[in-house]
Amino acid sequence: MALIGPSLAVSAILFVIGVFGVLLRRNAIVLFMCVELMLNAVNLTFVALSTVYGLAGQVFVFFVMTVAAAEAAVGLAIIIAIFRHHKSVDLQNINLLRG
Amino acid sequence: MHLPFELGGLAQGQAASGAPVEGAVVAIIGLPLAGFLLNGALAILRPRAKAIVSVIGPAVLLASFAVSVMLFREMAALWHTSPNVTPVVTLWPWLPVGALNVPFAFQVDQLSMVMLLVVTGVGSLIHLFSVGYMRADEGYARYFAYLNLFVMFMLVLVLGASFPMMFIGWEGVGLCSYLLIGFWFTEQANADAGKKAFVMNRIGDFGFLVAMMLIWRAFGSLNFIDVFSRAPAVLPAGGALVTAITLFLFLGCTGKSAQIPLYTWLPDAMAGPTPVSALIHAATMVTAGVYLIARANVLFALAPVSQLVVAGIGALTALFAATIALRQYDIKKVLAYSTVSQLGYMFLGVGTGAISTGMFHLVTHAFFKALLFLGSGSVIHAMHHAYEASHRHEDAQDMRNMGGLAQYMPWTTGLMVVATLAIAGVPPLSGFFSKDEILAVAFGRGGTEPLFRLYWAMATVAALLTAYYMARLIAMTFFGENRTGTESARHLHEAPWIMTGPLLVLGILSIVGGALNVPAFAQDFLTPARLEFWLQPVTAAGADIATRLGTAAHTPEGTTETALLLLAIVIAVGGLVLGWATTLRARILPARDSSPDRGFWKVLYRKYYVDELYDRYVVQPLVRFSRTVLWRTVDQGVIDGGLVNGSARLSRAVGWIGSRLQTGQVGLYVVLFLVGALYILGTVAWP
Repeated sequence: MALIGPSLAVSAILFVIGVFGVLLRRNAIVLFMCVELMLNAVNLTFVALSTVYGLAGQVFVFFVMTVAAAEAAVGLAIIIAIFRHHKSVDLQNINLLRG
Repeated sequence: MHLPFELGGLAQGQAASGAPVEGAVVAIIGLPLAGFLLNGALAILRPRAKAIVSVIGPAVLLASFAVSVMLFREMAALWHTSPNVTPVVTLWPWLPVGALNVPFAFQVDQLSMVMLLVVTGVGSLIHLFSVGYMRADEGYARYFAYLNLFVMFMLVLVLGASFPMMFIGWEGVGLCSYLLIGFWFTEQANADAGKKAFVMNRIGDFGFLVAMMLIWRAFGSLNFIDVFSRAPAVLPAGGALVTAITLFLFLGCTGKSAQIPLYTWLPDAMAGPTPVSALIHAATMVTAGVYLIARANVLFALAPVSQLVVAGIGALTALFAATIALRQYDIKKVLAYSTVSQLGYMFLGVGTGAISTGMFHLVTHAFFKALLFLGSGSVIHAMHHAYEASHRHEDAQDMRNMGGLAQYMPWTTGLMVVATLAIAGVPPLSGFFSKDEILAVAFGRGGTEPLFRLYWAMATVAALLTAYYMARLIAMTFFGENRTGTESARHLHEAPWIMTGPLLVLGILSIVGGALNVPAFAQDFLTPARLEFWLQPVTAAGADIATRLGTAAHTPEGTTETALLLLAIVIAVGGLVLGWATTLRARILPARDSSPDRGFWKVLYRKYYVDELYDRYVVQPLVRFSRTVLWRTVDQGVIDGGLVNGSARLSRAVGWIGSRLQTGQVGLYVVLFLVGALYILGTVAWP
């Protein structure tokens, strides 16, 4: 019980780091890692709060991890495809969808 | 199981109980409709099957006429005891919209009975004539399909039990008239004539529609029996509303019945086959306006101003058209203007309030004018064949190319002379009685309303002109020396019996038709079978109102009557002699060699330039207005530019703004996403 407060604090910090990473970095790989960071921050929140609200939170963590794994597979594949095409993973240069 | 016998017994039982009217009405209208469907199908599927068309076309009409006669006998017996019985045959509810309830219903009264017999009787004869006249035509089946359809609509018009029912027929006959005027549509002039007739009639129909709406507002009903029985209570006599209603109705009549100012379509309508001119543009359809006024006589009696207008336009048209007919060379054009003129007489007759005089002239005119048109058809038929056989291209309708046809066509000549005497008003032929009656009542109403004296004078002059131009027509066509050319004249011959037969019947009717409404002075030595008494149940209400208002029509009596009578005879005979003598004495050259008319004759020949005036001051401005304002401004500018292209431009502009947001920069998307997510979270947390 006593660990809930610090746990939530850590997860909040991790989440904010993730958000700023996504906002500020240009490298697609780093961006990707920041997204993972945010997901895991949320996972930590789930686990911490499951001690109060029951095991449903822990179950959700598994779902999130599954989705994150799938997303990593697809995302990395896309990044590799982009890299092969552009010889770069800098998002600044990738704006083909500009209207 | 003796089903046929049981059914037969049932039908007889109904006949005894008085319900046969329904069956008869359905048969009378259904037979021409069936003829239209059959002939129409043949026209599409088997255009060469002429024998069967020759049977179906006239047979349905003859059958319809036979049923009409049977109905007439039955109803005459019924009306003998109870004249005010008006059977209404309601087939199904048609327009039950809110408070408006117009059933699909027909009504049989004395007035529609007269029209019924004229339409089916004269129609049958003209159908028979058409078998001979149109036999060689490619569109034979199509022709009979249209003709049958026309008769069907005409019967709906005269039997309809409400204004909208009548309007169905009114529009239907207009459609058939259009189709038949432009029957030989491969020639531009014919198609144009059809279009002109249609457009002119639309102007009149506008009046009819407005009148119907006004009647609906005033009465809340459009059924004849409702409207006419309640009219004296609902509409104050001489009021603005009833005057407006009747004048709008009369606008419809001027279109359909070719009166000033909408008459110009009728002479052009002669572009159609000649039997069509006889049936539609002389005997039946164009008299629909007279029938409408007779039908609505209660309303017109309530509006003396409208009566003045109707009679005035009638008298003016009678005179105006008669002067034009003086100098036409196309035999059908003379008859066309004569028709316009005679229709003017009818309107003068119904305009005085003496409905029976107008209806009487309608009936006798149907006889002798159908005869004149069919006779001219027989002449044109012969001329056409003569020119075709001798390979010459001359105008087969120009009277300057005729002359001396009496020796080739004795029957046609004799019957045309009979019709001419009838239309000129020589006693004791039918036209004398009917025209004299109209002149007499016009003179009689002049006693209280001096304007009618003027109308009487105009109509009397028109009578003189009528006799003159008809004598001119006969003299130019049938007498004097032949101008067809020796080569062609050898091929001139009398028409076959299927054409002269109907002429003969119409000739007999033209002679004895006057007996329908024998005037009072002649009743001592003729049976008083008066149309006036026959129509009394229909006209009584209007006559009562007229008596109350002091606008009743009186025929003059005593010495005045005798003087008028003698004047009519002198005018008829004088006009005939004058026309005969001047025409035979004049040197007439064939159309090809003759020089154009000069002076006032030219004005008459060019029909007072009315067509040119209409073209210049109505048609051309309308075309210009349509081109510059309606087409260039409204259509191209507002609709195409503003609405069609405008909406496209608007959505493109909105799309352009939307596309500016799509920078392709993932970072910006994330920022926007974050802002949006925070906003939603904010509204959830602090609602």
